[in-house]
Amino acid sequence: MSFLSLQSNEPGRSVLMTGNEAITRGAIEAGLSYAASYPGSPTSEILANLGRLAKEYNLYAEWSVNEKIAIEEAAAASFAGLRSLCIVKQNGLNVALDSLVSIAISGVKAGMVLVVGDDPGAHSSTNEEDSRLLCKVVHIPIFEPSTPEEAKQMTIAAYELSEKFRLPVTLRCVTRISHASGNVTIGEVQNVNKVAAFAKEDRFVTHIAYHQMQEVKLAKIRQIADTLPFNTYTGPEEAKIIIIASGPSALYAGEAVSTLGLENEVGVLKLGITWPLPEKFLLKYMKQAEKVIFVEEIEPFNEDNVMALAAQHIMEIYPIQFYGQKSGHVAGPKGPGLGEMDPDIVKQSLARVLGIENKVTVVRSSLNLEMPDTPGREMAFCAGCPHRASFWAMKSAVALDGRNGVVLGDIGCYSLALMRTGWSLPKTMHAMGSSAGIANGLGKLERFGFKQPVIAVVGDSTFFHSTIPALVNARYTSATFLLVVLDNETTAMTGHQPHPGMSNNAMGEIVEGIHIEDVVKGLNLPVVIQDPYDIKGSTEAVYRLLQTEGTKVLVLRRACALVAAKASTRPRVYVNQGLCIGDDCGCNRFCSATFTCPATIWDLQKGKAMIDEVVCNRCQVCVSLCPQGAIQVEGGTDFDC
Amino acid sequence: MTAKALNIIVTGVGGQGNVLASQVIATAAVDSGYYVSVGETFGASQRGGSVTSHIRVSQVKPYGPLISRGDADFILGFEPLETLRTFTVYGNALSQVIMNVRPNYPLGVLLNEDKYPDIPNLTNKLMTQTQKLWVLEATELAVGVGMPVGTNMVMTGAFAGVKFLPIPLKAYETVLKGLFAGEILDLNLEAFRAGVKAVS
Repeated sequence: MSFLSLQSNEPGRSVLMTGNEAITRGAIEAGLSYAASYPGSPTSEILANLGRLAKEYNLYAEWSVNEKIAIEEAAAASFAGLRSLCIVKQNGLNVALDSLVSIAISGVKAGMVLVVGDDPGAHSSTNEEDSRLLCKVVHIPIFEPSTPEEAKQMTIAAYELSEKFRLPVTLRCVTRISHASGNVTIGEVQNVNKVAAFAKEDRFVTHIAYHQMQEVKLAKIRQIADTLPFNTYTGPEEAKIIIIASGPSALYAGEAVSTLGLENEVGVLKLGITWPLPEKFLLKYMKQAEKVIFVEEIEPFNEDNVMALAAQHIMEIYPIQFYGQKSGHVAGPKGPGLGEMDPDIVKQSLARVLGIENKVTVVRSSLNLEMPDTPGREMAFCAGCPHRASFWAMKSAVALDGRNGVVLGDIGCYSLALMRTGWSLPKTMHAMGSSAGIANGLGKLERFGFKQPVIAVVGDSTFFHSTIPALVNARYTSATFLLVVLDNETTAMTGHQPHPGMSNNAMGEIVEGIHIEDVVKGLNLPVVIQDPYDIKGSTEAVYRLLQTEGTKVLVLRRACALVAAKASTRPRVYVNQGLCIGDDCGCNRFCSATFTCPATIWDLQKGKAMIDEVVCNRCQVCVSLCPQGAIQVEGGTDFDC
Repeated sequence: MTAKALNIIVTGVGGQGNVLASQVIATAAVDSGYYVSVGETFGASQRGGSVTSHIRVSQVKPYGPLISRGDADFILGFEPLETLRTFTVYGNALSQVIMNVRPNYPLGVLLNEDKYPDIPNLTNKLMTQTQKLWVLEATELAVGVGMPVGTNMVMTGAFAGVKFLPIPLKAYETVLKGLFAGEILDLNLEAFRAGVKAVS
């Protein structure tokens, strides 16, 4: 939104920024030179913006093939004296973890910041995972912003801390930081080193000898943690009840305290750095407190660490009682540690601990709410999405084949196939590229009597991210399966970022894309390319390939409908209601109820199908599927029906 | 304005452009000197799910990005079912609501499993349970200015027009001028003004 404000040269001005924009701006103000990332919600917008700003601020920004490469590149830039940034989501940290552990051991040189986006409640993830636990394993400090403004300030502070201790520093954001917006104050862009050189005296290696150094660094940072401005305490100085919170939960806690009218009794201690802990700061308030309540997202990370600290100092702080996820007091509707926090959950949890009534602040309307029921809104492939056509073709081919074929799912828009929009076709779904790995396993079980054909489904970006090693393995071990690459020519799920198969990069430069089929041919494996909009051709291709031994690849190539729709001059698709015979057809409303395209709706008045032309992306796939031929294209269809 | 934050919820279905609408409203408020927090849920926004933005405007301090249940002062509903869904959780007797009447059917309705609420009935219920309700044919107004995807600007115009926030129309138009240029700007401004007119 406020892309213009990212380029502001008006220090002191207050502008609206998302957390992701605030981090982008913070990195620029800190004199960032090198940024690398792989897309993932909720943090994708940071690298995208840095790419757009690369020229202006003399920085390099890259969508790397995966997070392991991204973090290695960021470390390399730091080794060479440049401030660097690596941005990942929770699952991305898992991919980068092996390298990150080693980088933390060897140490770095110029400031290196790792932004991790955690997604409590899994708004746009397959799982909810607390990356702080991994950062603790890695032995690196963790900053947790509670507002976009703080996200910007912490980004700058993280560079200073990183450079001082030659250690990567994590900025842990949750969705309600990355995708929230708030007032952010523009600052000056720092003048730091932008010349890269690997110094003669420098060496960055992983060795057991450095473990001791890591512990020394953390011990020093533990002392500095007490002096950081990001740890704050709000409330009566002698409070007997304190809430310890981090991230946006700290704001929810403040709001809950004031809504319940407890400002004179309850204090809120906000942790800005959650590893290592600011111990003196915590002990000061725990000494006078009798009740401590933990509010955080996702795991009881602060809760565990602070309770361990308390145990160590129990004689100084006794008597004290702790409430949180472990005691069951701090919990949303799903239970402790499940789902994201909000002001209502904190209010309710606080009331539970204090044994008071959770007052409802606003008089709800006469709300004898005899309101109509509100049917849920299930996610679905977009109108014209090539994936809907691809999964229909796979479903049809598996049915024709008749051997109870197993379809293996993967990570991307096509994960939605687990739901009804993809007829719940995939039987497994795990991490990026896992479908191909699992297919490697299933594809060699014939010796144990396994007779079902196997289809592994990946997207184009997932193909480059982590599928290629699985294909190499498949070729080497003679696994029998069909890899279907749903190539929509973009990284669609995360907002259409470029990938190595495309002809542009993060900075908008033209590059030579790698063809998926060339990679497959290089492994000497058979590959077929097909347009998924051609349902008949695609079904036949899947069926035919399932009848063969060994590993083979089918690329179903058609641009993402959201990208294509922007440049579309395709002809109008409509229902000829003279030909549609409604519920007399016996097709069971195939176009709307079975094919479930959001653009094919039902005309309740006439009892016939119709197309919502505001929603339709004119793919013509429904045209070939209507048994009556009632769905028509102005000027005729492109495909054989 | 009172010391308490004003709580606004913009709600609709992925693809309707309600995230942009909320950003325009929030930017206009920041540019007019307020503290603003916006909580957005847009991870799967293009994929037919419900998309909701919480906007909190204060003269005093920044608030958290989420509004408590029953605490919405204003609901800007891009779609009837989503308006109802938001109102039943976040609404109260003093809430004001602008609702676009054009339905967007969920999968369960297309599958003939769920029943979409009867819109005249839904409108009546909302009319009796809110402080004020404006019903708009926003999509038709957008089509009328030649930009079917401009529903979000019509709705933004309507929100600006009812003056729930003490912000001049010009502040919103300035934000649009920073976002768009040329013909696209003209179309967006036209859609915005159609929204203003529809509530005046």
